[in-house]
Amino acid sequence: MAPNVSLAHTSDVLFAWAVLTYAVAMLGFAAEFAFARIARARGEDPVRSQRIGKAAVVLTVIGWAVHVSSVVTRGLAAHRVPWGNMFEFSTMVALVAVTVFLALLLRQPVRFLGAFVLAPVVLYLGLAGTVLYVPAGPLQPVLNSYWIKIHVVAAITASGAFMVSGVITLLYLMKSWLERRASAVSLGPGTAAAVELRQPATGLRGSARAMVDGVARWLPSTDRLDRLSYQVIGFAFPVWTFAIIAGAIWAKYAWSRYWGWDPKETWSFITWVAYAAYLHARATAGWRGRRAAYLSLVGFGCLMVDYYVVNTVITGLHSYAGVN
Amino acid sequence: MTDLATDSATTETAATEQLSTAPAPPAPSNRRRPLLRAWRQLTSMRTALLLLALLALAAVPGTLLPQRGLNPVNVAQFYRDHPSLAPLLDKLSLFDVFAAPWFAAIYLLLFVSLIGCLVPRIRLHTRALRRNPPRAPRNLQRLPASDGWSAQASSAHVIGAARAVLRDAHWRVEVRDEGDGVVSVAAEKGYLRETGNLVFHVALLLLLVGIALGGLFGYKGTVLVPEGSGFANVRSSYDVFSPSRLFADSSLPPFSFTLRKFTASYEPNGQPRSFGATVDYRATPRAAARPFDISPNHPLSIGGSDVYLVGHGYALRLQVRDAKGALVYDKVTPFLPDDAMFTSHGVVKVPAGLPHQIGLTGFFYPTYGPSPLGAQSTFPAPKDPVLDLAAWQGDLGLSGGTPQSVYQLPVAQLKNVGTTQLTPGKTWRLRDGTSVTFVGVEQWATFQVARDPGTKVVLVAAVFIVAGLLVSLRVRRRRLWVRARPAPAGAAAATVVEAGGLARTDADGFAVEFARLVQRMKD
Repeated sequence: MAPNVSLAHTSDVLFAWAVLTYAVAMLGFAAEFAFARIARARGEDPVRSQRIGKAAVVLTVIGWAVHVSSVVTRGLAAHRVPWGNMFEFSTMVALVAVTVFLALLLRQPVRFLGAFVLAPVVLYLGLAGTVLYVPAGPLQPVLNSYWIKIHVVAAITASGAFMVSGVITLLYLMKSWLERRASAVSLGPGTAAAVELRQPATGLRGSARAMVDGVARWLPSTDRLDRLSYQVIGFAFPVWTFAIIAGAIWAKYAWSRYWGWDPKETWSFITWVAYAAYLHARATAGWRGRRAAYLSLVGFGCLMVDYYVVNTVITGLHSYAGVN
Repeated sequence: MTDLATDSATTETAATEQLSTAPAPPAPSNRRRPLLRAWRQLTSMRTALLLLALLALAAVPGTLLPQRGLNPVNVAQFYRDHPSLAPLLDKLSLFDVFAAPWFAAIYLLLFVSLIGCLVPRIRLHTRALRRNPPRAPRNLQRLPASDGWSAQASSAHVIGAARAVLRDAHWRVEVRDEGDGVVSVAAEKGYLRETGNLVFHVALLLLLVGIALGGLFGYKGTVLVPEGSGFANVRSSYDVFSPSRLFADSSLPPFSFTLRKFTASYEPNGQPRSFGATVDYRATPRAAARPFDISPNHPLSIGGSDVYLVGHGYALRLQVRDAKGALVYDKVTPFLPDDAMFTSHGVVKVPAGLPHQIGLTGFFYPTYGPSPLGAQSTFPAPKDPVLDLAAWQGDLGLSGGTPQSVYQLPVAQLKNVGTTQLTPGKTWRLRDGTSVTFVGVEQWATFQVARDPGTKVVLVAAVFIVAGLLVSLRVRRRRLWVRARPAPAGAAAATVVEAGGLARTDADGFAVEFARLVQRMKD
């Protein structure tokens, strides 16, 4: 069946609006941080900043709803599931990342994550909408199976969650870097202020450092960030495991074997092993904390390779990304 | 092995240290027992971590270099492009990474380390399952979650009530009389976490067994079948056949099938929409023929083997007549596709019946599209089929006994005797009177037949892997104690109660649960 052109157009328009709304919400989260800092400096109650933060959450929810409508109309326009090529997959991963953030927000105060989750989401969607974009069209015959609903949805869900955990891990490392510096300073004879006097924050590097300092100070404790990241990976890892297994079952039907070390399979496996190593490291004395965090970042890096490099550079059986 | 159960809880009480059944760190090395030391080293978590990292790292070259198992043509190309480097890489098994001895060494070591870690943990866990919760630490207020209150009822009564609340919430409990009227209850919950963790890791071992079964007893092969032709499942029928190590030809199920029709439909831009191969199959030579449609994602299963549709192309029917008009050749020749629009090439050999042996090389365009760079097909379906032919005369080399490909003609040793372009139904007359007729276009399909006796084991293992993982990551292991002691004389209440608890993961969630339980005890 030919794609419904006007509906496909609607989907594209909604997509652009979703990206725009996310971008504004991201600025809102950043503004919350800035105003909170000013209020703190003046010793005022950060009421205004909190109001901005809440508005940013509302905007995120609106952006999310628009995003969902864009995905749904895309599926209706193409008469199939809206995750059949790389553009659609990226869109869905970003949607899951925002969903994970909002779901976390329902249960715990994680508004501080807002700007940091939305920044890569906007970037990701921007990349998807420009470089990876392909018009709505039908699926290749080999993708025409109900396993596309199971395997790909699991892969998307895990990827979106891994994205959020990657963001939290980066924040963790930032915070831990600040804490270690602070403790190094407190060991010295002077106070923190004295050290800052010795190393005046001038120039671009200085102001960048001051910025990182400011953000890191605002973040919750390393312990909390570590637990939050573990919580998200604890959700994503079994889903990723399931995605690989569902992919293997599908491969058995489509390609006559459940596992063939195809580049996509191999990189999914490498990603799995990296996150498994993270889970082990977290339970191993001497590996807890920063080393485990690096492992989780390695896992995320592998996921990115699995997705971008394997789809575009390495040829394999998963080369129906729609970009050439 | 991971202890998915542990988290970086920080408390110094001895009772809490047993919350994880992770093996104790290796004891100070014993110089007299190097084997034991090596074994402890191998089964330590650090080694497991290292091996995991190595395993991930070792898999990387398998995706960067061409692999024989995936694409032997690319390996040959790599040999041509890097003639000095390739043999060196080959010696290191870098074109067969996933079958390489060093790759196997890594995962086998990992599994040995895993077994060494699993056995004592299974023992510990079964013991823990039977054991009562550990006795209450002296100071409950120091635990991550704690509370204290006073009650009018006696110590025994308060603890009885606390015990009932905990039992109600499915905790394992034990009441202890600590003397001097002090009574405490110890409770523990979430044993399933370690059970899930162990199930997950045992299932990984089972997975390896399943994979090994397939690697030892399976087979796979591919065969090209033109429309109207048949296939019988014996080794000699296959174009390519790869048996596993312990495979015996006698275990090939005796099925056969005939390709009735191959159908393909395409989008206007040439992207394929659907493929299907209609076959009539017999499970055994005596069985009645039954129809089946093999399509992508829809293999035919017979006798434990599966038949997959893996490719398709065009087969051209050509007739050759001698100068007198007598038919000397009438066959359907498969042409191999060169691109997505099915520009295809093929070879016809006419070794007998003519004064000289004749060979034909041809390019077939299902939808002809002339271009300055040479013709190309512009659509995969035969909308405007055209065949470019060249005729060659001389010794085709078929009598020499050296096997040669049916898709290649040794043109260097032959004399070109003309070229032409034909459409279906048209005839080309060569100068010596020989005529070639392009009768029509048919199709062929390639099938892969595969059997992997380990699949079921692998599937069962996979189910336990996911189930074990979910349980071990979702269930929290936690302990809780309540102690009641008679209040000092003169106090308003009769009994002083304190409660404390800890969980290795999800401290926030546990705090909520703890508060709820304590509230119910107070009521």
